[in-house]
Amino acid sequence: MSDLMQEMADKALALNIPMSVQLDLTYRCNERCVHCYLDHDDHGEMTTAEIKRLLDELAEAGVFILTLSGGEIFVRKDFFEIVEYARFHLTFCVKLKTNAILIREREAARIRDLGVESIQVSIYSHRPEVHDGVTLVPGSLNRSLAAIRFLKSQGLKVIIANVLMTRNLADYPGVRALAAELGVECTLDPTVTPMMDGNRSILQLGADHAALRRVLHDSSLIGNVDAFCAIPTEADESTLDSRPCSAGHSSCYVSPYGDVFPCVQFPLPTGNIRKQRFIDIWRHSERMNEVRSIRLKDLTTCTQCTHVANCTRCPGLAFMEGNMRGPSSQDCEKSFARTGVPSANMLLKKRAGANLVQIQVLPGLAAATTVRVAPQA
Amino acid sequence: MSKLYVARNPRVAARCLDGEMMLMSGHDSTLFTLNKTATILWQSADGMTPLDEIVARRICPEFEVEPEIALQDAEALARALAGHEIMQVSEQPIPLPAHTGVQR
Repeated sequence: MSDLMQEMADKALALNIPMSVQLDLTYRCNERCVHCYLDHDDHGEMTTAEIKRLLDELAEAGVFILTLSGGEIFVRKDFFEIVEYARFHLTFCVKLKTNAILIREREAARIRDLGVESIQVSIYSHRPEVHDGVTLVPGSLNRSLAAIRFLKSQGLKVIIANVLMTRNLADYPGVRALAAELGVECTLDPTVTPMMDGNRSILQLGADHAALRRVLHDSSLIGNVDAFCAIPTEADESTLDSRPCSAGHSSCYVSPYGDVFPCVQFPLPTGNIRKQRFIDIWRHSERMNEVRSIRLKDLTTCTQCTHVANCTRCPGLAFMEGNMRGPSSQDCEKSFARTGVPSANMLLKKRAGANLVQIQVLPGLAAATTVRVAPQA
Repeated sequence: MSKLYVARNPRVAARCLDGEMMLMSGHDSTLFTLNKTATILWQSADGMTPLDEIVARRICPEFEVEPEIALQDAEALARALAGHEIMQVSEQPIPLPAHTGVQR
C-alpha cells in the first residue's frame, strides 16, 4: 500500500468509514475448483435493483474501493449494468476477481471503457493438465490466458492470483514466468480456506510443512530470506494494542444474499442489507463491534506466542476454528515454516498430545479399538 | 479573455473523505487527494460551468480570496489535474456522459 493510501486508510479508520468492501455478486460458477469454499447453488441472489440500492448505500457510507467477486461474476447477465452503475454513477474504484473464461475482445474493451482499476484472474499452473485439473474444466487455462491477453491489449491492469496447494506447488515458478511473459503481476497464496459451512475437509489440499518451508525460504519470492525468516522479536506494548487486521475496521464483505460479514474469510453474520441499511449494520451491529474491539493483547493463546508481532494470523480462520480470539492453526504453520520456531498454539497441542494415554486393546475385545484419555489438569 | 471549461474525467474513481477528495486515476491507478479548494473545483467541474463562474460562486465566498488570484490558482490547478488525466480543460463546454453521477 502506498503511503498516501495508508494515510487515507488511517483517516477512514479514525472516522469509522469502511474504505473498501468486497461484494460477491453470485456464488454460481462455471468452474468447479477442487479447493473452493463455496456452495455454487443460487439460494436467492440479490436482484439488480437490490444491488444498485446496496451500492448507493455503500457510496453514502464512504466506501471507495469496491471489489466485485464471486462465484464467477460474468455469469450474472446484469454484470456490466452493475459495473456501469458503480463506476459512472457512484465513482467507485472498482476491482474485479474472475476466472476470466467468459472474457473476450468485446468484454475486455467494455471493462476498459468502464474505467475498472484492475482484474484479478485465478491461475493455478502454467500447465493445462494441472490448472484444468484444479478447475475441473478442460481448456480453462487456455481460455483464461486468452482473456488476460485481451485485457492487456486494452491497457488494463491484470493480476494473476496463484493459490498454492500440494498438487500445483511445484508450478509457481512457471506461473511467475508466465506472468512476466504476459506483463502482469502475480501473487501467491498458500491459504486454503475452509468451506463456509464449516467443512474443513478441503484443507487437506493445502501445502504441507516441507513445501510451505520451501516457498517461504525462496529468495526469488520474498527477497531477504534472513530478514524474512528471522526469529521474531518480542512484541512491545504498542504492537499488543494494535488491531489484528482490517476486517470490520476499514473493510467488510457482502454476500450475494445481502449478508454482511467482517471479511470474505470471516463468516460471522452481522446483518443483512435486505432488512437493515448497510450503515446501520456497519456502525451498530454488536458482532461487528465485537470484532472491532479486539486487539492483539486480547488474543487468548497468541499473546503468549513469540510470533504475535509478526504473524499473519487471520481472525476469520481463527473464528472458523471456533474462537475469533484464538489462534489460526494455518497461520501458526506458516510462522513455523518461516522461522523454524513453533507457535504457542502448536506447543500447547503437542503438550496435550504427549499427555494422552493410549490404552492397548486386550485380545478378544474385537469391538474395542483405542481409548484416548484426556490429560489431568 | 476566452472562457475556460473544466470537466471531471469519468474514468477516475472518486470519493470525498471528511471534506477531502480521494481520486484514483483510471490511467495508471495513481492515488491523489485534493485539498478543500481543489475538492470544490472537482465537484463543480461539470464541463458546462465556466471556470471563472465556479471561482466566483463557489471558491471566493468560501475562502475570502481575490477573484483574480483565485482564478489564476484555479486554472493552474485544473491544468495540473489535466496533466494527470483526471480532469479535462477546454475553451469549449465539455458535455459529460449522461450517466455520470453525483460526486459524493
